[in-house]
Amino acid sequence: MSTATDGAHGDFEGAKLGMWLFLFTEILLFGGLFLLYSAYRSVYPRDFHNGGQHLNAVIGVANTVLLLTSSLTVALAVTALRRGERRLSRLCLGATVALGCLFLFNKYLEWSAEIRHGIYPNSPQLLERPGGEQLFYGLYYSMTGLHGLHVLAGVVLLSVMLVMLRREGAARSDYTKLYNSGLYWHLVDVIWIFLLPLFYLAA
Amino acid sequence: MQRDQAREHAIPYATLVKVWLALLCLTALLVFVSKAYHEALSVWAMLTITPLKAGLVFFYFMHLKYERTYIKAMVLVTLALLVLFIGLIFLDISFR
Repeated sequence: MSTATDGAHGDFEGAKLGMWLFLFTEILLFGGLFLLYSAYRSVYPRDFHNGGQHLNAVIGVANTVLLLTSSLTVALAVTALRRGERRLSRLCLGATVALGCLFLFNKYLEWSAEIRHGIYPNSPQLLERPGGEQLFYGLYYSMTGLHGLHVLAGVVLLSVMLVMLRREGAARSDYTKLYNSGLYWHLVDVIWIFLLPLFYLAA
Repeated sequence: MQRDQAREHAIPYATLVKVWLALLCLTALLVFVSKAYHEALSVWAMLTITPLKAGLVFFYFMHLKYERTYIKAMVLVTLALLVLFIGLIFLDISFR
């Protein structure tokens, strides 16, 4: 069926399946951390509540809007490429990369402000606080840090796609690659959708 | 082949923009409820609105709505496994 249109080097269905399988491992990787979070939150509800009060909810919400919008632009880029509108596709993809960079810049501002206030794993100031708060910040740094690395990987991946779309031709395999990169980016967005209420709105 | 092309068909721009607007509205609602200082309400909002947002991204942005049944089933099994693990952890914690 699909192989008839794809040719020997472009099994769209198979490529998509492979990407989903990879995404499942990502879901379970972050899932383990979400599991830790929920377990410790139920043991230290007060400390997690207090910990959440020191986080900057405005930056958290702003970054949510950035990532949601970047998910939209990458989905638009996929549709545009499907319709053969390569220029529009590149434009949307460029916007996605820019939004991803902006997200990382906000993350940098946020983390540096917290580190200036003496809140980082094992900081003397944090060690004076209750155990639950130390766990909260440990999870905060590891979960948003791991997510940030995924955003960085996504930005690099989508930049490569942008370069790829600059050259003409080979539209069929380009579509598969862009489609799968889009899937990855959306999953990174979904993970952030869960991180927002768990950390920034925890108070 | 006809069916395959239907599955790979591009999602219209308008649909994508509508989903994005819905995601922004749900985020605003979540922030509003969590600032309402009502603990139980904000927990429930988190447990309903957040999966709903994730579902929108999965179904529309990630094309899951248009996928074959076996991919849908695999996603369901993965998420069910995760929920099961979290459930088991809570069984452990609450009976300690």
